[in-house]
Amino acid sequence: MTEVLLEVTDLKKHYPVRAGVLRRQIGTVHAVDGVSFSVGVGETLGLVGESGCGKSTVARSVLRLVEPTSGQIRLEGEDITHLSKSALRPHRRSMQIVFQDPFASLNPRMTAGDIVGEPLFVHGLATGKALEARTAQLFEQVGLRPDQMRSFPHQFSGGQRQRICIARALALGPRLIVCDEPVSALDVSIQAQVINLLIDLQREHGFSYLFIAHDLAVVAHISHRVAVMYLGRIVEISDKDELFRNPRHPYTQALLASVPVANPLAKKLVPLVDGDVPSPVNPPPGCAFHTRCRFAMERCRIERPVLVDAGDGHRVACLLNEGTGRPNAMS
Amino acid sequence: MADKSDLVLEVKGLKTVFFTNSGLFQAVDDVSFTVKRGETLAIVGESGCGKSVTALSLMRLVPDPPGRIVGGSVMLEGTDLLALDETEMRAVRGNRISMIFQEPMTSLNPVMRIGDQIVEAVRLHRKMSKREAQDVAVEMLRLVRIPEPARRAREYPHQLSGGMRQRAMIAMALACRPALLIADEPTTALDVTIQAQILALILDLQKELGTGLVLITHDLGVVAQTAQRVIVMYAGRKVEEASVEALFAAPKHPYTRGLMASIPTVPAPGVVAPARLNEIPGTVPSLVRLPKGCAFAPRCKLAIKRCEAEYPPLIDWGGGHLAACWRAAEIAEVA
Repeated sequence: MTEVLLEVTDLKKHYPVRAGVLRRQIGTVHAVDGVSFSVGVGETLGLVGESGCGKSTVARSVLRLVEPTSGQIRLEGEDITHLSKSALRPHRRSMQIVFQDPFASLNPRMTAGDIVGEPLFVHGLATGKALEARTAQLFEQVGLRPDQMRSFPHQFSGGQRQRICIARALALGPRLIVCDEPVSALDVSIQAQVINLLIDLQREHGFSYLFIAHDLAVVAHISHRVAVMYLGRIVEISDKDELFRNPRHPYTQALLASVPVANPLAKKLVPLVDGDVPSPVNPPPGCAFHTRCRFAMERCRIERPVLVDAGDGHRVACLLNEGTGRPNAMS
Repeated sequence: MADKSDLVLEVKGLKTVFFTNSGLFQAVDDVSFTVKRGETLAIVGESGCGKSVTALSLMRLVPDPPGRIVGGSVMLEGTDLLALDETEMRAVRGNRISMIFQEPMTSLNPVMRIGDQIVEAVRLHRKMSKREAQDVAVEMLRLVRIPEPARRAREYPHQLSGGMRQRAMIAMALACRPALLIADEPTTALDVTIQAQILALILDLQKELGTGLVLITHDLGVVAQTAQRVIVMYAGRKVEEASVEALFAAPKHPYTRGLMASIPTVPAPGVVAPARLNEIPGTVPSLVRLPKGCAFAPRCKLAIKRCEAEYPPLIDWGGGHLAACWRAAEIAEVA
């Protein structure tokens, strides 16, 4: 593999659940429960899972926007897990984030130009004419016109606003951009434009993405490698091609089978899992997926599977077949 | 075309306008379609294309002001809904025609038990004692495969998961056995594994009850897996209509083609690098300042002079495959 940019080891984020007048703790939300992965230089790691699986908490922990309960985050070899605010500041320049909702993540009272230029100003990298020139350049990079710098967010469409968010993330020349569902709020035709922009920018600048989405097809397009999360844990991680061709975890298989294919002649939709995702407050013991898994054995209720290499770096956390998961039986 | 008596819904020349501060706009402009008993018609398009306003127009739920239905007819089982007064319409709505929405949490009453909400819907249209209606409610919850329906009927919406809430909505919508069900993005707010469950449920029930279904969605995958016929809308107009097989095999309108090419799919085996998608340039036009000719022309690779000057008529290209494009005849060769 290429040089490692980001390395996350055994990351945990637990939230206390409090109730009553005394705000006594009555439980713990295991939002992220022991997640490890790495992102190489110039690589895109897709993190996919359903709502409540902890993928956004992973994103925020990596940027230290939420403080992890335990675990380690290393960026370019340096442990940033416990750095103080001021010590973290220079590292903030190398990691940026693009959020899902471009309507909520832009200050409505600032002009688009000020929004994009603000990081440069805050970090003391440019002022006056230089700042304006650099901002104009960023606008062009994301496909906006520099004359739009004086417009306010409400004057832009959803896709354009997401471009503003991307320009803002680019401003400091980051090495890692965390994208938290960046295209979920956009229409299909606009979604394709933004995905293409992200791919083009990566080719040009060579930064890495941690790309979080619930849409498997979107993740499949933009990623080099993909990790699938379920209830706070990674259940499968592999090269994109291998993962989609040969998913080994029953949950990944169910997820893939649930995506409606845009071809009326393709096999009709068959839901492979019943029921809902259990609450992360008291996740099921053993394998968290055993309550919905069609292949669950007695062991799955007791023993918690760990990620095991099933060959060629394709790692899966499933007790079936001596811990290598279930060969794909869908096709 | 099949037997006329099989038709549940016949919409002709529907026109709905909105009066806003920035001017009048045609949210739905001259849209016609039919739905047969037990048939699923999908209406697909991007935000602002008029698909939801079409649905609300059928239900006569367009907020007035600012909106108003200004033309056309909506024949449901032979009755023109647009000609009914509000009292008459109330007897039809939720009874012969009902609707489920995208966000079940906002369409259920948060302070009323699930069972009571179904009871209320049933007793509005059927002469029934409270006890009888309660039995119907539990039976409906069982029909939508909610486990322990009698216990769930006594729960409040917040106690149910998103998928369960949508099931409860479906139970309520189908309680009076309507002839037509309108589902407006029924699975958009749900996770993909739950979406698969809900879509399977809707299709099963439709088969069982013979309900006509109008499914509104932006997801072409959902269309391909559920519908028999499809309408594609753009900027308030129907730009294409066909059987689902014909539409996916050979779309005639450049917008439909562009939409299909821009959906991300799981890539073919062996593709390792991130793959660029085919994109449609530009954005959806504002309905207030629609171009004179074809609304898609400014974004269309195939646009010619005529497209900007004149709106293309909807033409049947054979087998009920309609498309409104000046270049539809040659699209297979030029695109």
